[in-house]
Amino acid sequence: MNPAGALARVALLLTLVAAPALSADPLVVYSARNEQLIKPLFDRYTRETGIEVRFTTADAAVLIERIAAEGRNSPADILMTVDAGELWRATERGLLRPLQSRVLADNIPAHLRDPEGRWFGLSMRARTLAYDPRKVDAASLSTYEALAEPRWKGKLCLRTSKKVYNQSLVAMLIAQQGEARTEQVVRGWIANLAAPVFANDTQLLEAIAAGQCEVGIVNTYYLGRILKDRPEFPVKLYWANQGSGGVHVNISGAGVVTTSRQPAAAQRFLEWLSAGEAQRFFAAVNAEYPANPAVGLDPLVAGWGTFESSQINLGKAGTLQPQAVRLMDRAGYR
Amino acid sequence: MWLEVAGATRHFDGRAALDGLDFGLAEGEIGCLLGPSGCGKTTTLRCIAGLETLDQGRILCRDELLSGPGMHRPAHRRGIGLVFQDHALFPHLSALGNVEFGLSQLPPAERRRRASELLERVGLADRLDAFPGQLSGGQQQRVALARALAPSPSLLLMDEPFANLDVALRERLVGELGALLRRTGTTALVVTHEQQDAFTLADRIGLMREGRLEQWATPYDLYHRPASRFAAEFIGRASFIPACCNGSGELQSELGPLREDSHATHCSGPVDVLLRPDDVVHDDDSPLKARIVERSFRGADFLYTLELSSGRRVLSIVPSHHDHRVGEAIGIRLDTDHVITFPAAG
Amino acid sequence: MTRLTRAPAATVVLALLALPALLPIAATVLAWSSPETGIWAHQLEYVLPRVALNTLLLVFWVGLGSLLLGAGLGWLVAFHDFPGRGLFSWALLLPLAVPGYVLAVVAAGTLDYAGPVQSWLRAVGDLDLQRLQVRSLGGAALVLILTLYPYVYLLARVAFEGASRTMLEVAMTLGEDRRGHFRRVVLPMARPALAAGVALVCMETVADFGVVAAFNVDTLTTAIYRTWYGLFSLQAALQLAGLLVVVVMATAWLERRSRGREAYAATRPERERLPRRRLRGARAWAAMLAALMVLGLAFLLPVLQLSAWAWQHAADLDARYLDFALRSLGVAGSGALLVVAAALLHGYALARAGHAVARGLGRLATLGYALPGAVLAVGVFAPLNALGGLLQGTLVIMFIAYLARFLAVAAGPVEGGLARIHGGLDEAAATLGSSGPARLRRVHLPLLKGSLLVAAILVFVDLMKELPITLMTRPFGFETLSVRIFEMAAEGEWTRAALPAVMIVLVGLLPVYLLSRRMDHVA
Repeated sequence: MNPAGALARVALLLTLVAAPALSADPLVVYSARNEQLIKPLFDRYTRETGIEVRFTTADAAVLIERIAAEGRNSPADILMTVDAGELWRATERGLLRPLQSRVLADNIPAHLRDPEGRWFGLSMRARTLAYDPRKVDAASLSTYEALAEPRWKGKLCLRTSKKVYNQSLVAMLIAQQGEARTEQVVRGWIANLAAPVFANDTQLLEAIAAGQCEVGIVNTYYLGRILKDRPEFPVKLYWANQGSGGVHVNISGAGVVTTSRQPAAAQRFLEWLSAGEAQRFFAAVNAEYPANPAVGLDPLVAGWGTFESSQINLGKAGTLQPQAVRLMDRAGYR
Repeated sequence: MWLEVAGATRHFDGRAALDGLDFGLAEGEIGCLLGPSGCGKTTTLRCIAGLETLDQGRILCRDELLSGPGMHRPAHRRGIGLVFQDHALFPHLSALGNVEFGLSQLPPAERRRRASELLERVGLADRLDAFPGQLSGGQQQRVALARALAPSPSLLLMDEPFANLDVALRERLVGELGALLRRTGTTALVVTHEQQDAFTLADRIGLMREGRLEQWATPYDLYHRPASRFAAEFIGRASFIPACCNGSGELQSELGPLREDSHATHCSGPVDVLLRPDDVVHDDDSPLKARIVERSFRGADFLYTLELSSGRRVLSIVPSHHDHRVGEAIGIRLDTDHVITFPAAG
Repeated sequence: MTRLTRAPAATVVLALLALPALLPIAATVLAWSSPETGIWAHQLEYVLPRVALNTLLLVFWVGLGSLLLGAGLGWLVAFHDFPGRGLFSWALLLPLAVPGYVLAVVAAGTLDYAGPVQSWLRAVGDLDLQRLQVRSLGGAALVLILTLYPYVYLLARVAFEGASRTMLEVAMTLGEDRRGHFRRVVLPMARPALAAGVALVCMETVADFGVVAAFNVDTLTTAIYRTWYGLFSLQAALQLAGLLVVVVMATAWLERRSRGREAYAATRPERERLPRRRLRGARAWAAMLAALMVLGLAFLLPVLQLSAWAWQHAADLDARYLDFALRSLGVAGSGALLVVAAALLHGYALARAGHAVARGLGRLATLGYALPGAVLAVGVFAPLNALGGLLQGTLVIMFIAYLARFLAVAAGPVEGGLARIHGGLDEAAATLGSSGPARLRRVHLPLLKGSLLVAAILVFVDLMKELPITLMTRPFGFETLSVRIFEMAAEGEWTRAALPAVMIVLVGLLPVYLLSRRMDHVA
């Protein structure tokens, strides 16, 4: 217990960390997408271009506050999230700048990017129905709304409404069907629950496999991950709302930070991510769908077949998210 | 006998802390244990209280066997109070709480009444709610006393109750304690290393040495009829002068002839005679002269150390108006009620 | 005189120490300047009543549970001798090294309907335990008790071991047996320590997000996050957090008040300890089994399960993990030193501070512990960034935020230790000619060693597990083991998070072991 030694140690740590990087002008990414899903790509960009990409990860809401607090001193060039609502929120705070990019406009479908060019989807995440084929005939499935029908009483599993994926799903239902109808649907879901809502989609899928419930709503890549380890896993996907609005999709996307000192370089990086091998890897590493329709699918994902997805602009997920959260509070969706 | 200790023996790590202790106290008597530190005083108390077991011997209180061969009644079922050396008040309880502690079998109101009454009796009526940290040493001591007395113990044991208190306070407390114990008719055994306290308090004093009782006697007897040279030297101030017995109760010493106690067995041959300072009286008319080599003024009197012509030294207490300087020779004579002799030291 | 000259300095020190915690607390207060009325109407009707009740129930059960478990085990270990006692005396601290969110995930993963335990029961005994819901308030309370009881255990053990033989003897001569002595003397005297432990547990429970999120139990803290992340209103989230702070402050104040003057009860450092009672036969076995069961549930079985999961993803293990581990150690170690040093300063200043304002500041400084981590992180980060980019890329903000959050953890034991130093000792040292720093080193530090070590252990393991502050305030590329867990867990890859989780436990183990062994010598 030597205070002087401790101080010296702290000081050493501080200087080590504060030491300037050797390469000039690295790109800085604040990412809510996890390290293992982005680092290989960033390293690859550095190899290809010589531009270093630094990043830090945290929850999107925290990153947004961080950028806001840092203000013009913020080192951030790019904000990357796993949900469109957060990107919309960042634009509301004026933290993302509009880009004029032919490349991005061409590569990314209109509903997966901000009309004003402040953010762009880089991969698409489909949230659809998962069921136990041993108990459920696929023909009995149809839409998200149908899961509210009494026939599913005690058979439905849901993930917590605290997860943004469900908040944006409900937000999009509000956009399609109006608030009153959506509240009815959510109340129906809650009445049908077989078990308290789960903390994550993996638990939910395991519960279906274990027979605790027969059907649930999940992001497809969670099943993809399980299938990579256990191909015999007895849960199947069903594409919801085909012909009636399409499967709810969200994005993992990014935008360039308003205060970025090198917006052009940041834009070039996003363009690089939106096409070719980078775009394929961005989606495949997590069994997601590429945002760029021209890019091929991971074989496992391709095996699930094609589907019609919701074409409503994802900015709506952001604008309607608070409304969706309140609706779920009212309906008792925890 | 109210308290009876018989052949009490206790070993620690092979060493005898108590070695065949025998003594007793009658109802209402106050006993004191005196002795150099490490002599077994505290161990005696702890054995009586039941905090230590006996290896041999017995302890009885009111004819009930408390400790004996193969039996030991635990401390909490003996009904014997113990005041610890450093008071050992419960720091988390107020003065009142401390005193109420041993009264848990009483209903709360009764408990409170008795505890405040006791605190009042020890002069702490205005400090009922004070915590130990807020009390002075003397106040803590009184709380500890009240706490030990509260459950009306059949016997009260006190371990150096006045240690760490200043002299004036101690003298006052000793007086108060004696009065209190007698008023309540409490039988008590007090360990102390201050003979003055023992003399003031005790009906009987036990002088201990290396786990044994040297003497168990009244204060007067202990002072004037010490059973051993150790007792004579430990209790009070003592000087010895050599004398010769003629076998018929007459003794010859350099301070003149002495008459042995009538009830003492007559000695023969060379002995040492015990002289207390009050046995040597200053008398200007006396032909016997001694030179003052040291004097200490004690207010009411002087304690002179006198050198006899033989070079031997004796002590004398002289009323303080006889103010003599060191070096002066003064007249002295012996005024002995009891002549105590010990075989001459080699 | 001395008091007049000392007080202003003490006030300044307390103000400085309170500053880190004051930043986020001020943010929660300032947020009320423009209440989000729309959101509040909604919260009041649909959210608050439920989450407030849940929070209260959770705090009640976890507080009670860890008090019983922690004090019970402390009693067992401090006063009894049984096979394995020496081992258990420190091993029972090990659950501290297991992050609550990790234990929650292990519990949910193994004990839920789809988990191996229930699956096996269904397969073998046709036992359907649907009713027995792990993911519930009761389950969350159990997990929190199992991870948090060591706070109470540690402080209780130290307090119990300080019980003196003399006090037992006094009680016995006043008619109480050992049991009565424990009930009427040891327990009341240990009460401040137990209260400090339970207070820590309650604050951590209030601020917990990981466990309740894993079990989907809605509390004030989850409501705060939901308001921030879901309703996009940091403002309203801060207002909710302000409410939390008020509740915690009121509770702390009530507790302090109920203890009242007992706080003045200073005891001398004890000379003779209470001898331990040797348990024999069935009692010895029962004691050993009880300790083993707690250790098994809170530590051994979870770590076994984690190890099994980690084994499945052993391929993840690469050289970087050495970096992560060293960085975790470095951050937790230096953070613990910083926080304990601050707590010592805080304790002294609090003891010297004359007036109520200074004392109030001192108490405020320890409130950060009850704030949800991310709220505290933002609350510290935002104002410090107003200074400009000065602190960017350094660990300064991170350590300031650590201080804001964990001062409470260290302050409890340190304050308790200081209270045990008799005022007379100070005077004795002064008359012997050593004063100021010399007195601290020669007189107080040796006496405080035990308390300081306790504080250091607690902060260290807390820092090893800490996530939200590190996550937000770390510089680029600054990855610790707990950050690693976040990376894996955020996307639900729980079994992959097992590897860093096991490493947190392992890395945290050694210091816990070493420090607690040393404490045995010191205390």
